[in-house]
Amino acid sequence: MEHRMIFAGFGGQGVMLMGQLVAYAGMLEGKHVAWIPSYGPEMRGGTANCAVTVSDKPIASPIVYEPTAAIVLNQPSLEKFAPQLTPGGQLLINSSLISGISPRVDINQVCMKANDLANQLGNLKVANMFLLGALIGLTGFIHIESVVGALKKVLPPHRHNLLEVNRQALQKGLEYVTSCSQGA
Amino acid sequence: MTQKVLMKGNEAIAEAAIRAGCRFFFGYPITPQNELLEYMARNLPKVDGVFLQSESEIGAINMVMGAACTGARVMTSSSGPGISLKQEGISYIAGSELPAVIVNIMRTGPGLGGIAPTQSDYYQAAKGGGHGDYRLMVLAPSSVQEMADLMFLAFDKADEYRNPVMVLGDGVLGQMMEPVILPEPKEGNAVEKAWATTGKGNNPESKLITSLYIKPEEAEKFCEHLAAKYRTMAEKDTRWESYRAEDAEIITVAYGTAARLCMAAVDMARDKGIRAGLIRPITLFPFPSAPIYAAAEKGARFLTVELSTGQMVDDVRLAVNGKSTVGFYGRSGGMVPDPRDILSQIEQIESEKTGTTAATEGGAA
Repeated sequence: MEHRMIFAGFGGQGVMLMGQLVAYAGMLEGKHVAWIPSYGPEMRGGTANCAVTVSDKPIASPIVYEPTAAIVLNQPSLEKFAPQLTPGGQLLINSSLISGISPRVDINQVCMKANDLANQLGNLKVANMFLLGALIGLTGFIHIESVVGALKKVLPPHRHNLLEVNRQALQKGLEYVTSCSQGA
Repeated sequence: MTQKVLMKGNEAIAEAAIRAGCRFFFGYPITPQNELLEYMARNLPKVDGVFLQSESEIGAINMVMGAACTGARVMTSSSGPGISLKQEGISYIAGSELPAVIVNIMRTGPGLGGIAPTQSDYYQAAKGGGHGDYRLMVLAPSSVQEMADLMFLAFDKADEYRNPVMVLGDGVLGQMMEPVILPEPKEGNAVEKAWATTGKGNNPESKLITSLYIKPEEAEKFCEHLAAKYRTMAEKDTRWESYRAEDAEIITVAYGTAARLCMAAVDMARDKGIRAGLIRPITLFPFPSAPIYAAAEKGARFLTVELSTGQMVDDVRLAVNGKSTVGFYGRSGGMVPDPRDILSQIEQIESEKTGTTAATEGGAA
């Protein structure tokens, strides 16, 4: 199975890092991975996004077409990427900053007030991890512990005190989609 | 066991260059290859190397030439407009038969262009670029792993042939991260460089590095010498990779990022029962004409795919030499072809199977 994912939001919301962690975690699990950023003027204050492919087989195109999943953290990202999803794809929406959902009925949409949940946990910066946890809950394409393992490698040792709050955010995000009914 | 690390293409090039023995880097920043300079700035001093950000690209390439004269492993990197500025120096380096490695992580042009991925510097890279009758060996990686691997080859071949080698990538390859197993570091230069201008020593004559041949007789002899060198390159060091091409009736020809997109399109076509394949040139000069011609003789038809309005397609047509048809599909200006669009092109060629094949384009006579 090839998971082609888009992570998108404002610069500073941690979308690039989230993508890198996913790629890193996939690599730690022995999967084939590719991460590719938008590197244009978007980097300077506007929207930023990256595309990540995690696959059991060698990856032909590192450029993501027909994404199987997208995590959108702001309104412009929802409007840009929702139409690109493959039918049956997963769309995870940060409802703290986005009003409404995509009009598409052929995709699975999950709304989560990620900023509010992160604030409740005491660290706004882990909003991205709530959504990533939810994506892992929906697709099971990597394990939460692999993401924590990746964080351990990416963060300098004096930041390892942040591992626990990230793990909690991932776990709560995962429970958010696995505990509630998904029929609606 | 050597560990996989997740790296950007630009960083993998830099780390591999250091491991290949590069100790001198001269350059000037330009997107989308800045991570390469940054990596060199951080890490070359740690191995007693020299990183120098020059006042301009012209300064950088001439510093490369100076370091190359001493036999050092030296490189520079830039993108599009910066590589254009370096062409005079590159011509002098080729004319002086000096080894050096030049990396071009292409951005769109002409002129200032933009920073998005493209392959529009193919002509410049593969056909000389600067003035005079010379060629660069041009290596075109298509993955981060290959970017690392080819840096070793680049330095080795530059030394072996005493000729500048260009590594040609694009914004996608430079910016993307993939797992890479870095080659083990290499100490010292593999090739004895008796020509290096490191002092007269006990030699009866002074060493001279020059590209000045004022007498036509001597100049012609030198040009023939270079031509012979390029023929040897073509015989010994033409590199390519085939992907599902053995029984293919439609063969895409693409390098770098475009080749990755074609792989995806070939897989889609195969799923639909179309016998598609890919020939991926790894050396753009020398160009892998032989496998393309061989496939053409067996009746394959070709589709060249580039991130440009069509440059390498000329070399594909020359390789096919009228034996079959050569189509072209490209996107330019930083737009990247969608594999599904490449698939449509393949399907179009497939639908033309019955009827006119080679006959309309010169035939097989």
